[in-house]
Amino acid sequence: MADMRDPIETGCPDPFQYMHPMMRRNFGLWAYHEDPRPGVLLHVAKNGDKLWTIKAGTQRILDLFTLRTLCQIADDYSDGFIRFTIRSNPEFFVTEESRVEPLIEKLEEAGFIVGGTKNSVTTLSHTQGWLHCDIPGTDASGVVKSMMDELIDEFKVSEMPNRVHITTSCCQINCGGQGDIAINVQHTKPPKINHDLVANVCERPTVVARCPVAAIRPAMVNGKPSLEVDEKKCICCGACFPPCPPMQINDAEHTKLAIWVGGNHSNARGKPTFQKLVAAGIPNNPPRWPEATAIVKRILAEYKAGARDWERVGEWIERIGWPRFFELVELPFTKYHIDNWRGARKSLNASAHIRF
Amino acid sequence: MAINKHHTPMLDQLESGPWPSFISGIKRLRDEHPEERINKMTNDLLGQLEHSYETRKGYWKGGTVSVFQYGGGIIPRFSEVGHAFPESKEFHTLRVQPPAGNHYSTDMLRQMADSWEKYGSGLVTFHGQTGNIMFIGTDTEQTQHFFDEINDYGWDLGGAGPCVRTAMSCVGAARCEMSCTNEQKAHRLLVNNFTDDVHRPALPYKFKFKVSGCGNDCQNAVERADFAVIGTWRDDMNVNQDEFKAYVGRKGRQHVIDNIITRCPTNALSLNDDDSLEVNNKDCVRCMHCLNVVPKALHPGDDRGVTILIGGKRTLKIGDLMGTVVVPFKKLDTEEDWEEIVELAEEIIDFWAENALEHERCGEMIERIGLVNFLEGVGVEVDPNMVNNPRESSYIRMDGWDEEAVKWFDRQAEAS
Ligand code: SF4
Ligand code: SF4
Repeated sequence: MADMRDPIETGCPDPFQYMHPMMRRNFGLWAYHEDPRPGVLLHVAKNGDKLWTIKAGTQRILDLFTLRTLCQIADDYSDGFIRFTIRSNPEFFVTEESRVEPLIEKLEEAGFIVGGTKNSVTTLSHTQGWLHCDIPGTDASGVVKSMMDELIDEFKVSEMPNRVHITTSCCQINCGGQGDIAINVQHTKPPKINHDLVANVCERPTVVARCPVAAIRPAMVNGKPSLEVDEKKCICCGACFPPCPPMQINDAEHTKLAIWVGGNHSNARGKPTFQKLVAAGIPNNPPRWPEATAIVKRILAEYKAGARDWERVGEWIERIGWPRFFELVELPFTKYHIDNWRGARKSLNASAHIRF
Repeated sequence: MAINKHHTPMLDQLESGPWPSFISGIKRLRDEHPEERINKMTNDLLGQLEHSYETRKGYWKGGTVSVFQYGGGIIPRFSEVGHAFPESKEFHTLRVQPPAGNHYSTDMLRQMADSWEKYGSGLVTFHGQTGNIMFIGTDTEQTQHFFDEINDYGWDLGGAGPCVRTAMSCVGAARCEMSCTNEQKAHRLLVNNFTDDVHRPALPYKFKFKVSGCGNDCQNAVERADFAVIGTWRDDMNVNQDEFKAYVGRKGRQHVIDNIITRCPTNALSLNDDDSLEVNNKDCVRCMHCLNVVPKALHPGDDRGVTILIGGKRTLKIGDLMGTVVVPFKKLDTEEDWEEIVELAEEIIDFWAENALEHERCGEMIERIGLVNFLEGVGVEVDPNMVNNPRESSYIRMDGWDEEAVKWFDRQAEAS
C-alpha cells in the first residue's frame, strides 16, 4: 500500500468557479422573474441584467456522447455553462433574448425536449432500478422513458392547474420521495427464504431488528441456523431484503406497482403533505408498463379538467373529496385504502362532513 | 474488433417514442465508442438488463468496495449472472459531490467525461436522488484510478452507508428572487464540517442536510432531510404596490381574489378598494403562495434568516416522517451566526449517534424518545412554533409546571 495516493478531502466544491458570470455577478440581487414561454424562465436582476434560462428534458442516464452534445450546445449557444435541476433537467443560460430561439431549436434538433417549467408535468424523478440497484422490484429508467413518451405534450406546455411532480420508486423504501403522483413498487407476498445461504450471508439479529412488524425470528431450518417469517404478520415490505439477500422479496408475478397521489414538499398554501394510496395490484409489466401509465393519465386528465389554478393534485382532492376522486378516476376504494399504521386515527373522518 | 451483441428485443422497445432513450444512449457506447472495453462492458450491461426485463428481477448484489482511506462513497455492484455477462460483472457506481447548486462549466464537464472514459463505462447521471453525480459502472481496480484522477482536480466522493450524506441546495441566491439566505454557504459549511463523517461511515444510519432558500422548498428538505434549512424572513414582506395594482389591472379583481386573497392559508391578505394589497404580516406564515403568484410585486422582507427542521425521512422503518421545527428562526449574517448553525448540527449528530438504535434515523429516534427529550439532549428550549397545537391528552405528569413556567417568563424577559 506504500504507493497509494492519499485522498484530498475537499468535500463539496465551491460553485462560484462553475457558475454563469451573470449569476455570479447578481448573487443575491435578483428582482423578479417571468415565464416568457414554456421551458424558458427570464430572471431580471436589480441592476436590470436579464438572464434567460432554457430547460430541457433528457434520458437522465447519460452516455458520454449525450453529455458531450449537451456541452457542445452550451459552448455554442449558452456561454459554456450548464446547471442541473433537482429532477435532472439541464438548464442553459443566455443573456440576450435573440439567442433564446436558436438555442431551443438546437436542443430540439439534437433530440432534447424543451419544457418542464411552471405548471407543466415535469420530468419524472427516478431511482435506479434494474440497471444498477441491488434491491429493485422494477426498473426506473424504463418506467420513466415509457411514461414521458406519453406525457411529453404536458412537459412541453404549461397547462396544468399547478406544477405536477411525478416520482417512481423501485422498492418500498421509496427513495423516489413524495410526488403529486408516485408510482411505487408494492410487494404482495412474503419473502422466499433461501435457508442454505442465510447463516453465511446475513447477520441474523440485524435482520430481525429491521422488520417493522417483528415478523422475523431466528430458527433452525434443515439443521442450519436460519430465519423464519410469520407470514400472517408479514406486511411484505421488503425491509429484510437489503440486509439479507437470501430473503428474496422480489417476484416476477407478485411484485406489483401501486400509485399514490397528493405528496407535496412545498409550503405554499398548505403545509407539506405525504402521498396517499389510490391504486394497487398494477402489473409490473416491462418494457412499457402500459397499465400504470393509463392510470396516471386518467388522474392527470381529471386533475387538469377539475382543479382550480394553483391547486396541486392533493389540494384538488382535498376540495372535491376522496369519494368524488375515486368516482372520477374510476378506481376502486378498498379496505386497503384505510390506514392501520401508526397514527392512523388522524386519517379517519371524525366528523359529520360528508359531500353529497 | 466485432463483438457478439446481445439480442435485446424488450429493451429495443424503449428506443421508440419521442422522449430521449437511455437505451439508445447505451447502445451508442456499445456500437460507436472507439474504446473496445466500453463497447464490451455496455454490451454485457444491456444483456443483463434485458435478462432483468425478461425475468422481472434484479441481478446486482452489493459488497464492499472503497478507495484508499475512505470507507464509503462507492456503491458496489457485483453481478449475480456475471458468468453470462462477464464484461460488466463488476459495475460499481462512484458517488461524487456536486458543487452546491449544481453549477457546471462545460470545461469541467468535459474533463470529467475524459476521465470517466478512461476508467468507466461511459454512463453518468446528474444527479442521483441523494444529490450525487453518479458515475455508473466500473470495476474495483478502476474505481481507485478514477477517483485519484478526479480528486486531483477538485472532486470528492459523497456518502454511502451509515454516514453524513451528500447535501443539496437550491439554485437560490444565484438566480432566484425569493432566496432568503446564502444557500450555497449553508450547504457547504454544514456538509464540509463533517467530511470525516461523510467518508468513514460510523453513524447509526444516514444523515442528510438539505437547504432551500424559501418555503417553496425546491430541495424537498422538510420531507427528506434529517437537517432541513429553509430560508424565511421575520419583518414585513416587501410589496411593490404599483406593480401589484398593475397586476390587478391586467388580471381583474375577481382573479386576484380567487387566486391570491382567498388562497392565503391564514387569511392574511386583503384587496383594498384602490387595488393595492394589504398584508397582515403578523398572521402571514411565509408560505410563499402570494409571492409565487405575483413575483414582480411581492418579495420576502429584509430581516432574513432560516427555519431549521429536524427528522425528515422516507418510509423505512416506521413510515415516512416530515421534519419538525426545532429552530423557528435563525439569523445567518455574522460569522458567529454561521458557527452557531454548525455547532447545532454537531450537537444533533452527536446526540443522535449516542442515542439512536442501529439503523435508526434521527426522526425515528425523536419519535421514540419524544421531542422534549431530544430538545433537552441538544440544549434547545421549547417553543410553540414546534407544534401544530399543544397536547390533547391529559395523561402526563406535570409536577414541574411552576419551574417550567418561570423558565418561559425568564426567557421572554431576556428576549425583550
Ligand atoms: S417483508 Fe417486511 S414484514 Fe415481511 S418479514 Fe421482511 S421485513 Fe418483516
Ligand atoms: S406568504 Fe402565504 S401566508 Fe403569507 S400572506 Fe402570502 S399567501 Fe399568506
